Amino acid sequence: MSVVDQTTRARAAPHAEIIANRVDPPPEGWVGWVRTVDHKRIGILYLTTAFAFMMLGGVEALLMRTQLAEPDNTLLTPQIYNQVLTMHGTTMVFLVVMPIWAGFANYFVPLQIGARDMAFPRLNALSYWLYLAGGIVFYAAVFFAPPEAGWTSYTPLSTGPYIPGNGTDAWIFLIHLTGLSSILGALNITVTIANMRARGMGWSRLPLFCWSLLAQAFMILLTLPVIAGTVTLMLTDRHFGTCFFSPSCGGSALLYQHLFWFFGHPEVYIMILPAFGVISEVLPVFARKPIFGYKAIAASSIGIAFLSTLVWAHHMFATPLTTVVLAFFMLSSMAIAVPTGVKILNWIATLFRGSISARTPLYFAAGFLVLFTLGGITGVMLAIFPIDRQVTDTYFVVAHFHFVLVAGAVSGVMAALYYWFPKMTGRMLSEGAGKVSFWLQFVGFLATFLIQHSLGLSGMPRRIYTYRADTGWGVDNLISTVGAFILAAGVIITILNVLWSLRRGPAAGPDPWKANTLEWFTPSPPPPHNFDVIPRVRSVEPLRDIRHRIASETRSDGTA
Amino acid sequence: MAIVAGCTVLLFTEMTAEKAWAGALLPERGGSSNADRVASLYAVVLVLAALVFFGVVVALVYALRRYGERRSPVAAQIRGNHRLEIGWTAAASGLIVVLAVVSLTKLHTIDHPDPAAASPAAIHAGVVPAGAGQPLHIDVVGRQYIWKYRYPGGAYSYEEMVAPVGVTVELDITSRDVAHSWWIPKLGGKFDAIPGYVNHTWFRLERPGVYRGQCAELCGRNHADMLAQVRGVSPAEYVAWLAKQKQSIQTADAEALTPPVPAGSR
Repeated sequence: MSVVDQTTRARAAPHAEIIANRVDPPPEGWVGWVRTVDHKRIGILYLTTAFAFMMLGGVEALLMRTQLAEPDNTLLTPQIYNQVLTMHGTTMVFLVVMPIWAGFANYFVPLQIGARDMAFPRLNALSYWLYLAGGIVFYAAVFFAPPEAGWTSYTPLSTGPYIPGNGTDAWIFLIHLTGLSSILGALNITVTIANMRARGMGWSRLPLFCWSLLAQAFMILLTLPVIAGTVTLMLTDRHFGTCFFSPSCGGSALLYQHLFWFFGHPEVYIMILPAFGVISEVLPVFARKPIFGYKAIAASSIGIAFLSTLVWAHHMFATPLTTVVLAFFMLSSMAIAVPTGVKILNWIATLFRGSISARTPLYFAAGFLVLFTLGGITGVMLAIFPIDRQVTDTYFVVAHFHFVLVAGAVSGVMAALYYWFPKMTGRMLSEGAGKVSFWLQFVGFLATFLIQHSLGLSGMPRRIYTYRADTGWGVDNLISTVGAFILAAGVIITILNVLWSLRRGPAAGPDPWKANTLEWFTPSPPPPHNFDVIPRVRSVEPLRDIRHRIASETRSDGTA
Repeated sequence: MAIVAGCTVLLFTEMTAEKAWAGALLPERGGSSNADRVASLYAVVLVLAALVFFGVVVALVYALRRYGERRSPVAAQIRGNHRLEIGWTAAASGLIVVLAVVSLTKLHTIDHPDPAAASPAAIHAGVVPAGAGQPLHIDVVGRQYIWKYRYPGGAYSYEEMVAPVGVTVELDITSRDVAHSWWIPKLGGKFDAIPGYVNHTWFRLERPGVYRGQCAELCGRNHADMLAQVRGVSPAEYVAWLAKQKQSIQTADAEALTPPVPAGSR
C-alpha cells in the first residue's frame, strides 16, 4: 500500500494492444446467439438453458412431493411416478447442475485468468449445442414413453423386458450427448487454464474458482468416458443381443453398478467442487480479507478429486461384497472428510477478524457452510457400512444427497449468480429480494429435507410412489411437502429478481464488490474481446493490487 | 463448555437407553441384536457428528456477528497459519481414525451370525440340533413384486416369513428377475437381492411378534407394494406351522396335477 515499486508505477499507464486485425461486430438478434463462439455468450446460453431445465426439474420435484403429502394418495399412478422421479434426477444432474457450472466456467475462467476467450472457441460452441441436443432428445421422450428406471437405471430393470417402450434409450442418448459435451468442455477448460493465463499468473496465483474447475475437469475426463461406454454396453444389451449385464445369459447385474458408480460418485464432486470454488471467491471479497490458506484450499480440491475415484462401492454396501472390500471403501470414503473438513475450517477462518459486508452472495455462502457441513457429516455416517445398510435407499439418503447437491451445489449457484450477475449484465440484483429469497430457500430447504432423515430412519424407502397410513409417515411427509413449496417460492423470487433487475437494476460499474480477481477489471458487461490491456499479475488478488496502486497514485498526484 | 458437555452426556445416555428415539433420531431396533448394535453404533457416531456440526455452526455464527463491518471496520490481512492448519488437519484425521476404529470393533457382532446355541425350547422342538453355531437356513427369493421364502424340508411361503424365536436364522437372498432389496428395519440392515448372486444376512428373534418391512430397491412400477414381514413364533408353533404349510402345499400340488381342477393360487 505504502511502498509502490517505481518501475511498476512507470509501467502502469496503459498502452493500447491491438490483437485482432479485423473485428466483425457480432451479428444482431438471435442469429448472433446461434452463431456465437464468444465464451461469454456461450456461458449465458448455458445458464439460461440450465435455469429453464431447473424449472422443469423443480416442477417434477413438486409433483412427487405433492403425491407423497398424504398416505395412499392417487394423484400419480405408479408408472407416472417412476417416470417423474427418473426425469427429476436425470434433469437436475445432467441438464441443470453440470451445465450451470459449465456456464459460469465459460463466462468467468477466461476473464479470471486474463484471456480473451477460451482456447477452442468453436469447440466451446459445440459443447453447448451437444448439451442442448441431449436435453431435447431426453425431453422428447415425454411425448412417447419416458424412462422409468431412475437416474441410476440399474440393470436388469433397464435392460430386461420389464419396462415397455424405449424411454431408457432416450436416457442413454442423453448420457452420450451431455457426456460428450462435458468431456469437450473439460478439455477446453484445462487447456485454457494451462496455456492462457495472464503474464505473472503462476499456478500459485490462479483464482481458486479456476483451481476447483481444474480438479473438476480431471474428474470429468476420467469418469465421463466410463459412463458413456457403460451405457453403450446397455444399449447393445437392449437392442443387439449382447449380454454384458443380464444374468440370464452369463452377464453380471453387479458389473453395471460398479461401472455406474465409478462415474456416479466423482459426479457428486463434479457438481459440488465448482461450488467450493465460488465460496472460496465470495468469502474473501465480502470479508475484505485474503482467503485463509490458499494452498490448502487448492490442494484439497485436488485431493478430493483424487479420492473421489476410490470410493464408488460405498453406494453398493448392501450388495454381496466381501468384508475386505467393504472395509476399504468405508475407510476411503471417510478419508474424503479430511480435505473437505479442511476447506470448511479454512473458509470459517477467512471470516474471522475480517470486516464482513453482509450482502446477498455472503448470505448464500454462509447458508452453504451450515447446510453443506450437515450433508458432509451425514456422508461420513453413511460411509460406515453397518449404518449405511440401515439407511441406504431410504429417505435418509435422499436427505443426505439433497443437503450436498441442493444446499451445497445450488447454494453455490445462488452465491455465484448474485456475485457475478452485475458483471454479466452491468446491473445489480435487488438486495432485498435476494435476502428474502435466501431465507425462503434456507427455511424451505430445512423443512423439506431435515425431516426426511427421520423418515428414512423409521423405514421409509426412497422411490416409492405411496405408503400406507399405518406406517405413520404421513405427518413428516406433509411437513416435507410444505417445505418444498417454500423452497420453490424462494427460487422463483430469485428468478423474478433476475428478470426485473435485467431492465431496472441499478448500474453496477466495473467493480461493485471491490473484488480481487481480474474479471472485475473489465467493464460490466465485458466487451467481446474482454480486455483492452491485460494487466500483469503479481499476487492472488491482482485487482486489489491495482486498486491499491491507483489509490496511492491518486494520493501522490494530489499531494504533488 | 460444561453445559455443552453435560448436554452431550445427557443426550448420549438418553439415546442409548430410550427406545422412543428409534425411528426419529436413531435407526429402528428391538427385533434382533444386530439391529440393536447398529442403533447403538449410530448413537455414538451421531453424538460425535452433532459436536462437530454445532462446533462449526457456533464458530460461523460468532464470526458473522463479531466481525461484521460495523463492529470490525478494519480486516486483519492474514493469509494463513501453518501450525493451525496442520493442527486441524491432524485433528480431523484423528477423529476419522477414531470413528473407523469404533466402527471396525463393532463390526464382528453385527456382521457375523450370533453363534450362540438355540434356546432349549427350539432344540426340544427339533428346529435345529443342539450346540453352538447351528443356525436355521431360510432362502429368500425376490421377484416382481413379492418375496418367496423357502424353509428346510421343502415348505415355502410368500410375503410373510414365519420364524422361530430364540434361534439364529441365516438368510440366503437372491432374485429371479430384477434387483430387489431385503429389509426389515427392526431386524438389521438391507441386503440386496441381485439375480445371479446370493447375499447373506441373519437375525435372531428374542420376542414373538410381527416385524414389517418392504423392498428397498426400485424394482418396477409396483415397487412400493412389495411388502415383507417376519412373524416370530415359539419353536413349537413354528414346527407345527411348517408341517401344516407342507401339507397344504402337497394338497395344492396334487390338485394342480389333477386335470379338471384349476391350478392353486399363485
